[in-house]
Amino acid sequence: MSHAAIAEKRPSTLRGASLPKWSPWAIAAGSVVLAVGIGLAAGLDSKVQWGLIAALLFLVGTYTIAASVEGRRQAKDRIATGLVWTAFVVAVVPLVSLIWTTVARGIKVLDVYFLTHSMGIVADSQPGGGIYHAIIGSIEQVGLATLMAAPVGVLSAIYLVEYGRGGLARSVTFFVDVMTGIPSIVAGLFILSLMLIFDMQPFGFAGSLALAILMMPIVVRSTEEMLKLVPNELREASLALGIPKWRTILKVVLPTSIGGITTGIMLAVARIAGETAPVLLLVFGNRFINNNPFEGAQQSLPLYIYQQYANSAGANAAYDRAWAASLTLIAFVMILNLVARAIARWKAPKTGR
Amino acid sequence: MAKRIDVSGLTAYYGSHKAIEDISMTVEPRTVTAFIGPSGCGKSTFLRTLNRMHEVTPGGRVEGKVLLDDEDLYGAGIDPVSVRREIGMVFQRPNPFPTMSIFDNVAAGLRLNGSYKKSELADIVEKSLKGANLWNEVKDRLNKPGSGLSGGQQQRLCIARAIAVEPKVLLMDEPCSALDPISTLAIEDLIGELKERFTIVIVTHNMQQAARVSDRTAFFNLAAVGQPGKLIEIDETERIFSNPSVQATEDYISGRFG
Repeated sequence: MSHAAIAEKRPSTLRGASLPKWSPWAIAAGSVVLAVGIGLAAGLDSKVQWGLIAALLFLVGTYTIAASVEGRRQAKDRIATGLVWTAFVVAVVPLVSLIWTTVARGIKVLDVYFLTHSMGIVADSQPGGGIYHAIIGSIEQVGLATLMAAPVGVLSAIYLVEYGRGGLARSVTFFVDVMTGIPSIVAGLFILSLMLIFDMQPFGFAGSLALAILMMPIVVRSTEEMLKLVPNELREASLALGIPKWRTILKVVLPTSIGGITTGIMLAVARIAGETAPVLLLVFGNRFINNNPFEGAQQSLPLYIYQQYANSAGANAAYDRAWAASLTLIAFVMILNLVARAIARWKAPKTGR
Repeated sequence: MAKRIDVSGLTAYYGSHKAIEDISMTVEPRTVTAFIGPSGCGKSTFLRTLNRMHEVTPGGRVEGKVLLDDEDLYGAGIDPVSVRREIGMVFQRPNPFPTMSIFDNVAAGLRLNGSYKKSELADIVEKSLKGANLWNEVKDRLNKPGSGLSGGQQQRLCIARAIAVEPKVLLMDEPCSALDPISTLAIEDLIGELKERFTIVIVTHNMQQAARVSDRTAFFNLAAVGQPGKLIEIDETERIFSNPSVQATEDYISGRFG
């Protein structure tokens, strides 16, 4: 029998039947329609239930259709892809919904007046007023906390990665791990107990101290990871040139990892910018503008949101202000993230290609 | 300005593991000495003890003497940083500093240990790049990042960086193992030129390379895995490759080993 004859008789072992490229979309659309139908027929109120039924139908449908056309292996592949996509959608839906709600409700009163005025002469139940005092407070408290936590955190990480050996390094790592798990209210209570010992009234810097406690372990952790990413060959290359270790760290290791370190600090800033509990205990809140973080109660954005909501007595004006302040806070954090990414990209080692 | 190295009774450890044992040899100035031997026999470890880079590895420590023109590198009060300024090193994988331009890479050694005059810097960089046969390829893009060069160019950049600080001795740890034959040839030619000015020690797995570039060759071996590596013999390269005095050397060189 010749080779040609064999080739004619047997189908190719390399090529099998496959679903068209649009099939996942078609199956998805089909399962959504079916789920809506089932939902209406069974009288299910919750749209969440509809969504879950659709997701389930999509996965089952993908598997049965793919298994009958393409075979079991390809069907498993498709179902894994489907699971990943479903998980992605499940994760993104609340996020989009949150941002959408905040923007939709927050945009109502968010204008230049809102950003440049305080609540000094406005009752919580009345319209008007603004968040200028809260923005000032947030920036000062978070800024001071960063000034304290970032250098300490980065230096600790440098110690752990470049110098730390033996017991001290192990205990520092252990306490950093423990600190990562401190609830923010506990950090607040810790500073509050100190304030009570010295018989002090609430002021902005006390909040900064608590925020710094929360921020430090995050900075240590992220900086540590970034420094570990710097290849040892670079350190050795530098040391072999007769460059002292401290200059090696300063001029070779840190510049190589500065992008990642900055990103880590920015993320830590974003994290503490939204803390409410310690601020509530230590900074107390203030209707008036207080530019001095070292004396007298201040306001901060998350605390403002909470107080507008809690003290509003059902007044719509207060709710609107709370939403607008939330939007400002999200925008603040998002801008910080974008800045961090820009710095990371700008400072990243260049390939020159 | 090239200096002689005298090693006597040198033993190096990683923690409690003895990596090399009781090595003694002399490296003459203005010569190329090649280290050959199977993987794990301690060639690189020994090389790193010669400029006190071994102790950079956690747990690394050394016993014995390394004399650089009669001064013991492991003597009391010797600053490892100063030792490394005298004895430069080129590594297996090219490792230019990724955040620095080509110019800054070459200038790094001078700038970062603070021993230079601003007016001389450009001249030294040019001289070093010419010394590493790289000048013509990079003179128009000195401000571009060093990591944008090809592997062979990067390795020559690292050599330029090492010779810019005017060391007395240049240690090379398999400098060509990551390079193609053409770049290898370029570096081998360069080694031939550099030996006019420096004492050169090179670790290599390529025996033809050892035969081509070196004046003297040292053969290292280890009795078994986990045992410390030892120096089997060191002699004129020609003798090692034609008529070695130890049977193990001949077995290794002729490929009958293991």
